Amino acid sequence: MLNKLYDWIDERLDITPLWRDLADHEVPEHVNPAHHFSAFVYCFGGLTFFVVVIQVLSGMFLAMYYVPDIERAWDSIYHLQYNVAYGKIVRGMHHWGASVVIVMMFLHTLRVFFQGAYKKPRELNWIVGVLIFIVMLALGLTGYLLPWDMKALFATNVTLNIIESVPIIGEPLRVLLAGDGAITGAQTLTRFFAIHVFFLPAVLFLLIGLHFIMIRRQGISGPL
Amino acid sequence: MRRGKGMKFVGDSRIPASHRKPNIPKDYSEYPGKTELFYPDFLLKEWLVGAVFLVGFLCLTIVGEPPLEREADPTDSSYIPMPDWYFLFLYQLLKYSYASGDYNLIGVLIIPGIAITALLLAPFLDRSPKRRPKDRPIATGFMLLAVAGIIYLTWEAVVTHDWETAKQQGMITEAAQDVEIDTSHPGYEIYQAQSCLSCHGANLEGSGANPPLIGTDKTEEEIMDIAVNGIGAMPAGLFDGTEEELQQLAEFIKSVE
Repeated sequence: MLNKLYDWIDERLDITPLWRDLADHEVPEHVNPAHHFSAFVYCFGGLTFFVVVIQVLSGMFLAMYYVPDIERAWDSIYHLQYNVAYGKIVRGMHHWGASVVIVMMFLHTLRVFFQGAYKKPRELNWIVGVLIFIVMLALGLTGYLLPWDMKALFATNVTLNIIESVPIIGEPLRVLLAGDGAITGAQTLTRFFAIHVFFLPAVLFLLIGLHFIMIRRQGISGPL
Repeated sequence: MRRGKGMKFVGDSRIPASHRKPNIPKDYSEYPGKTELFYPDFLLKEWLVGAVFLVGFLCLTIVGEPPLEREADPTDSSYIPMPDWYFLFLYQLLKYSYASGDYNLIGVLIIPGIAITALLLAPFLDRSPKRRPKDRPIATGFMLLAVAGIIYLTWEAVVTHDWETAKQQGMITEAAQDVEIDTSHPGYEIYQAQSCLSCHGANLEGSGANPPLIGTDKTEEEIMDIAVNGIGAMPAGLFDGTEEELQQLAEFIKSVE
């Protein structure tokens, strides 16, 4: 039954090459921890992606309860954490995931750097990788404000003041991000929410897509 | 060639002229040495690593409850801010005199800007075809220096931070939740008049390093003693009322739970 359905679709859309390309690609010996234990360093990139998936899924569930409004944001988090079944686990996954993803990404970056894997022909993939790193840090920064508790507000105040102190572009950039030149308030919260939930993830998915397409095109760099 | 330019089409449509591609994977003998197929062999191993990682991650989630401080209060000027741990090194950098104040631009823009640009352009700065870390000492040296710097700055930020005060200043106090303050109590008037309110708050919720007074485990005598003689950072002599008022104040504070 399923085979027939697959054949029916494949006959029309020729979907087999799409997944056979993924399925049949070769995994060389030097990246396979089953043959060389030290090859576990090649797991860092995949695990970073795994944590990103955790972040996306837990973030979707958080959005079911979170209210991006200064009157209710904190209360909605408090309710989620102390009254909703498993709310503490979902929030905990998103909270710890934000730290773990930075750690894994840092390790992945160091692996690629010290192996010189960014050299020709992989320069573009390295640049995309560094951009992913920057987007991740920005996600961490914007997500920190959303619970609207004391540390969120005051840390964001500091960040916005640092941005403001940059000459020429500093002040307009602050107004763009915070919605106001002086107040960290209702506007800031909704803007950070939109940036954290819509803008940055869109950029992140695009960059990760490019990262993976380039890896499939170029393959993994050879052994040292 | 069945793909791309070599593909034959029916008329001007995208339907291939010949039959669909064979749904058969490559033979194992086509993979040299210990090279293996991604699917299913290697994917299974990746899933095992992922499963172990997920168990560890969930243990972390269960052990460490995600922190939530009290609701943001922009009027509290005594709060000492603290970024998330992975920004601590930048935060620490801005504390040094040659990276802040008049030299703010160095700490805010120049140092982080050079670091990010160098990282972004690494493939064009380190152009030799050699890949071993030992064969490219400049690249390796700079990266080790940067990593050491980040670790050092993070460490400095951690040891110079007052964690005890930080914990106090962020605690969720019960006043914010559901404590009823009996403002008609004679002790409340004294609480207002004797300036206790200015530090400990209108709802006894405390602020910053000033602790909340709700549900205190001190006795009335101890409260009276603290009001007169002070404790810790609280100076002596703040209370200047009568003995009777002191008694009423202590009774009032004790009554709020």
